[in-house]
Amino acid sequence: MRITRKAEFSSAHVCARPDWSEEQNRRVFGEAANPHGHGHNYILEVTLEGPPDPVTGMVLDLKTLKDVINDEVIEPFDHKHLNHEVPPFNQVVPTTENIARELWKRLDRHFPEGGARLQRIRLWETQDLYVDYHGPAGRREAS
Amino acid sequence: MLEVTRRYHFSASHRLHVDSFSDDENLRMFGKCNSPFGHGHNYTLEVTARGDVDEATGLVIDQPVLNELVESAVLRDMDMKYLNEQVPAFTQAVVPTTENVVNEIRQRLQARWVETFGAAGPKLARIRIIETRKNEFEVSCD
Repeated sequence: MRITRKAEFSSAHVCARPDWSEEQNRRVFGEAANPHGHGHNYILEVTLEGPPDPVTGMVLDLKTLKDVINDEVIEPFDHKHLNHEVPPFNQVVPTTENIARELWKRLDRHFPEGGARLQRIRLWETQDLYVDYHGPAGRREAS
Repeated sequence: MLEVTRRYHFSASHRLHVDSFSDDENLRMFGKCNSPFGHGHNYTLEVTARGDVDEATGLVIDQPVLNELVESAVLRDMDMKYLNEQVPAFTQAVVPTTENVVNEIRQRLQARWVETFGAAGPKLARIRIIETRKNEFEVSCD
């Protein structure tokens, strides 16, 4: 059984490598390389997978998931400039892909083997763009 | 591996009708979708690419290149058109159900995918069309 919790955060970013010229950054990242930054309302979907507990009927108390997302993502990311305020994006380009991988790292350790496991991160940057990440090992087998 | 999905939008009309069926059979089979002059939708097209993240750029796919491919291979041809009369794949025997539109778009994108992104580049993973808020059609491409 899979359960998904959504959350939103609004952040600014610049997609550019500091070791590249502005021209090279514009060529690869387009308008997203604007050095002044720009922002998005990101929508995060966190999907956990596991069997419902026979007593409580829950895969995981959604309040627990909500608190983890709040501590690991919303508090550090919401209304921040990712490049300036949220490591590792002072060194890693905050593309949607890289943000999704960072969110996986932050969330996955809260759901170790033996309980509900992190199954997918879906991160919407705009209404017309999202990425899906199933972790560095690829898609986990359903339990 | 990571999947990047980009949404595109096009508006088109179509009519579900099989020439070899009688009027009654067509009406029974397709209902309101058989209405004689066609009807239309705001289609949302999702194109999903799967690949490794380029560690230098943090990107899986060059999105402007994908946009240009979808624009030239699909949208230019289908947006603001009557599929039954203006898109060659649907002017003969193939009914422009959204299933068939999905397959047509898959063929068009696959035909140009490798020349556009290279053999080692990201793969075309999935195509989904949201026809209305209640209907979605999806096919895996790998």
